[in-house]
Amino acid sequence: MFGNLTWHAIPFDQPIPLAAGAFVVLAICGVLIWVWAKGYIPYLWREWITSVDHKHIGIMYCVLALVMLLRGFIDALMMRSQQALAFHGAGYLPPEHYDQIFSAHGTIMIFFVAMPFVIGLMNFAVPLQLGVRDVAFPTLNSVGFWLTAVGALLVNLSLVVGEFARTGWLPYPPLSELAYSPGVGVDYYLWGIEISGVGTLMTGINLVTTILKMRAPGMSYMRMPVFCWTSLASNLLIVAAFPVLTATLAMLLLDRYLGFHFFTNTAGGNAMMFMNLIWAWGHPEVYILVLPAFGVYSEVVATFSGKPLFGYRSMVIATMAICILSFTVWLHHFFTMGAGADVNAIFGIASMLIAIPTGVKIYNWLFTMYGGSVRFSSPMLWAIGFMVTFVVGGMTGVLLAVPPADFVLHNSLFLVAHFHNVIIGGVIFGAFAGYTFWFPKAFGFTLDERLGKAAFWCWFVGFYVTFVPLYVVGLEGMTRRMQHYDRPEWHPWVLVAGIGALIILCGIALQVAQLAISIRSRERRRDLTGDPWDGRSLEWATASPPPEFNFAVLPNVTHDETYWSVKQSAREQMRLVLPEPHYEAIEMPRNSPVGFVTAFFAAVTGFSLIWHIWWLVVLGLICAYITFVVFAWRDIAEFEIPAEEVARIDRANRQARAEALSGLAR
Amino acid sequence: MSTEALRTPPDSPHGGHHTAGADASAHVTGHGAGGPAPKRIVVGYGFWIFLLSDVIMFSAFFAAYAVLFKNTAGGPTAEQLFDLRNTAAETACLLASTFTCAMASLAVGERNQKWTQIALLATGLLGLAFITLEIREFASLIGRGAGPSRSAFLSSFFTLVGCHGVHVTAGLLWLGTMMAQFYAKGFRQDIRHRFLCFSLFWHALDIIWVGIFSLVYLVGTLPRELLP
Repeated sequence: MFGNLTWHAIPFDQPIPLAAGAFVVLAICGVLIWVWAKGYIPYLWREWITSVDHKHIGIMYCVLALVMLLRGFIDALMMRSQQALAFHGAGYLPPEHYDQIFSAHGTIMIFFVAMPFVIGLMNFAVPLQLGVRDVAFPTLNSVGFWLTAVGALLVNLSLVVGEFARTGWLPYPPLSELAYSPGVGVDYYLWGIEISGVGTLMTGINLVTTILKMRAPGMSYMRMPVFCWTSLASNLLIVAAFPVLTATLAMLLLDRYLGFHFFTNTAGGNAMMFMNLIWAWGHPEVYILVLPAFGVYSEVVATFSGKPLFGYRSMVIATMAICILSFTVWLHHFFTMGAGADVNAIFGIASMLIAIPTGVKIYNWLFTMYGGSVRFSSPMLWAIGFMVTFVVGGMTGVLLAVPPADFVLHNSLFLVAHFHNVIIGGVIFGAFAGYTFWFPKAFGFTLDERLGKAAFWCWFVGFYVTFVPLYVVGLEGMTRRMQHYDRPEWHPWVLVAGIGALIILCGIALQVAQLAISIRSRERRRDLTGDPWDGRSLEWATASPPPEFNFAVLPNVTHDETYWSVKQSAREQMRLVLPEPHYEAIEMPRNSPVGFVTAFFAAVTGFSLIWHIWWLVVLGLICAYITFVVFAWRDIAEFEIPAEEVARIDRANRQARAEALSGLAR
Repeated sequence: MSTEALRTPPDSPHGGHHTAGADASAHVTGHGAGGPAPKRIVVGYGFWIFLLSDVIMFSAFFAAYAVLFKNTAGGPTAEQLFDLRNTAAETACLLASTFTCAMASLAVGERNQKWTQIALLATGLLGLAFITLEIREFASLIGRGAGPSRSAFLSSFFTLVGCHGVHVTAGLLWLGTMMAQFYAKGFRQDIRHRFLCFSLFWHALDIIWVGIFSLVYLVGTLPRELLP
C-alpha cells in the first residue's frame, strides 16, 4: 500500500533530527493556527498563494530563501561545531549523520537560498525597471515558484521521514548509485532538484521573454539598467544549462530505479560522464547566481555615488562575455580526472580568462565611486564589502585554475574557502544589498539602518574569521568533509573558524531583529515619495509599494537612466509635479490557483516516487493532467481595471508624492 | 511625478543615443520603440525559447549516447539490433504527421472547423502509429534480452529514443485537448496562440527525430569499417 514507507522511516533512535523535526512541525502548526485564528487565510489565498503578480511572487521567492537560509545555516553551525569537537575524538555527530548534514547544507544553500533569492529579486525588480506591468507569462511564473517550493519541501521532509543523501551536494556516482547508497536519501535529492529545476527553467524562459519582448516604449537594449542586462544573461544561462541538469539527474534516476547503466561500474557505465555533464550545468550555475548580484551592485553603486554607472557599455559587454565563457570552463572542477596536460591547460586558461571581464566590472564600480558623493548606507556597505571580498575570492580562483596547483589543493578546505569566498562575498552580499535596496519599494517602508549596518559588519568580519583559517588548513592538507581528525596543527584554526560562524550567527540575529523592529515602527519609516534613495531607474518612478498595475500610464523612455533624467529636467524646470496624464482602463491577468494545485500534485508524485508508492504516482500524474486541462478550459483570463479606478489610485500617489516633495523643498 | 517625455535632454551617461526630443524613441536600437510586443509574438517567442531548452536536453542525451555507443559490455551491438525497415516506417509516419499538422495550421487560419478536426485527427493517428511502432520495437528488443539494463549502450539508446517517444505521447495528449478546445470554444485568439505553440512543438519533435534517425539508426547500421 505505501511502498517502502514504514514506521522505520522516522528516526526515533536519533534525537537530533527528531527534535529538529518536531520543532519545525510545531513551528509550522503554530504559524498555521495563528494565521487561521487571525482570519488571514482568505487574504493569503487571494493576495499571495494564487497571486500571479510578479511583485508578490518575487517577495515569496525571497521569503523562501530567507527561511531556507536559517535551515542551511544551522547545518553550517553543526558542521563547524562537529569539527571543533572532533579533534582526537568522535564529536557528537556520527559519520552517517554528519555526511547528510554537509550534503543538505550545500544543496539547500545553492538551490533553495541563493537561487530563490536572486530569482526573487529579478522577478520583483526587472518588470519595474523595464517599465511594464508584469512578466510575459504571469501564471507560469506562479507555477515556477510553487515547484521550487516543492523541491525545498521534499529536501526538508527528509529530515523526519527517511534520510537525506550522504553524497555531497552533487551526488557523484558510483557512490550515489543504488549499490552504494541503497536508502532514499539520494532519491530525495534527485526528485527535489528535478522538480525545482523545472520551476527554475520556467522562470528562465519567462524572464528571457520578458526582457527581450516586453519593454516600455523607447526602452532600447542600451537604455536598460545593468540589472536587466545581468538578469538577461543569467536567465539565458538558465535556459541553456538547466536542461542539462534535468537530463543528467534523469540518467542517475534511471540507473537507480530501472537498473540502467549510465554511471555504474558495471556493464560499460561511465562515472566520469556524470562529472562532465553535471559541471556543464554546474559551472554556468555559478554565473546564474552571481550575475544578478553584479547587477544589484551596479544599481547600488551608481545610486549611492550619485553618478551614472561608469562604463555602461563595457559593463554590458563584460556581462555577455562572462555569459559565453561560463560554458567553456567546466573541466576545471576535475582537473585530476586525468584528461592530460593539453586539455587541462586549455580549461585552465579559459578559467583565468573569466577574470578579465570580471576585473572590468570591478574597475567600473570603483570609477563610478571615484568623484561621486558616496553615501555609506547599508546597501552600499554590502557593495563595498563585496568588492574587497570578491577580489580575494577571485584571486584564489585564478590560483585554483592553475592545474598543477589544483592537483595539490583539489578536494581540500582551500577549495571550500574559495567557493564560500565568492558565493558569500558575491552572491549573498549582493542578495542582501538588493534586499535592503528594494525593501522600501516592496513594502513601502525602509529597514532600520543602524541594525542593518551592524548586521553587515558581523557578516563581513565573521566571514573572514571563518574562512581565512579554512584557507590555511587547506594549504596544510586538511581535506573537505572530515568527520574527525587528529592533526594538532589544524585544531586551533578549526576552533577560530567555529568562532567566525558564531559571529555570522550574530549578523543573522541582527537581521531578524532589524526586520522585526522595522515592521513595528513602519509608520515612522513610510516611504511616501516612492524614491527613498534618490534612485535612477524606473522602479523609483512609481509608488512604494507599487499598485498592482505598476504604472498608471506606461512610461515613455526617451533617455538613458530614465527616472534620473526625468528628475533632472523637473529640477531645471522648477516643476515638481507634471500635468496629469490621460488615464485608460488596464487589463491585468486574473489570479490563478493553478500553480499551487500543480505544485501539490508534484509534491505528492515526488514523495510517492521516493517511496515507490506506484499507485499514488499514477494518481498524481493523472491529477496534474486534469489540472492542465481545467486551466486550458478557462474562459476569462484577464480582468479590467476601469480608468476611474486607475485615476483614483494614481492621483492619491501623485498627491502623496507632491506633499512629500514640497515638504523637502521647504 | 510621472514619466512622460520631457523636453530637456540631459547628458547621456550610456553614451549611446544622442537623438533628443520627443521623437527620439523612434530611432532607438533594439526594437524598443513600440513598447511591449503583441501577445501572439510574446507567446510564440517564449515557446521558441522553451523548444531551445528542450533541444539542449536532447543534446545531453545525444552526448551520453555518443560516449556510451561502444560500451556494449559484450552484449549486442547497434548493427545487430536495429531494423531499418521499422525505422523507415516510423519516419514516414512522423513526417506525414508533420504535413497534416501544417494542413491543420492552414485550416485554423481559414477558421474551418471541419478540416481542422480532420487534419488534427490525421496528425494524431499518425503519431499514434509512430508510438505503436516504437513500443513494438522496444518490446522486441527487450524480448531478445537487449533491454536497457543489458549494457550502457542500450541504456543510452533506450533513454534517447524513449525520451523522444515520451514527448510524442505528451504531444498526443496535448493534441487531444486542442481538438476539444477548437470544437467546444471555436477559433478564439488564445486558443489559436496555443495551437501555434502545439504546431511548433510537433515540428520540433520531427527535427529531433531526424537527428535520432540519422545519428542513431543510420550511423548505427553502417558497415563496421565505415564507423569512426
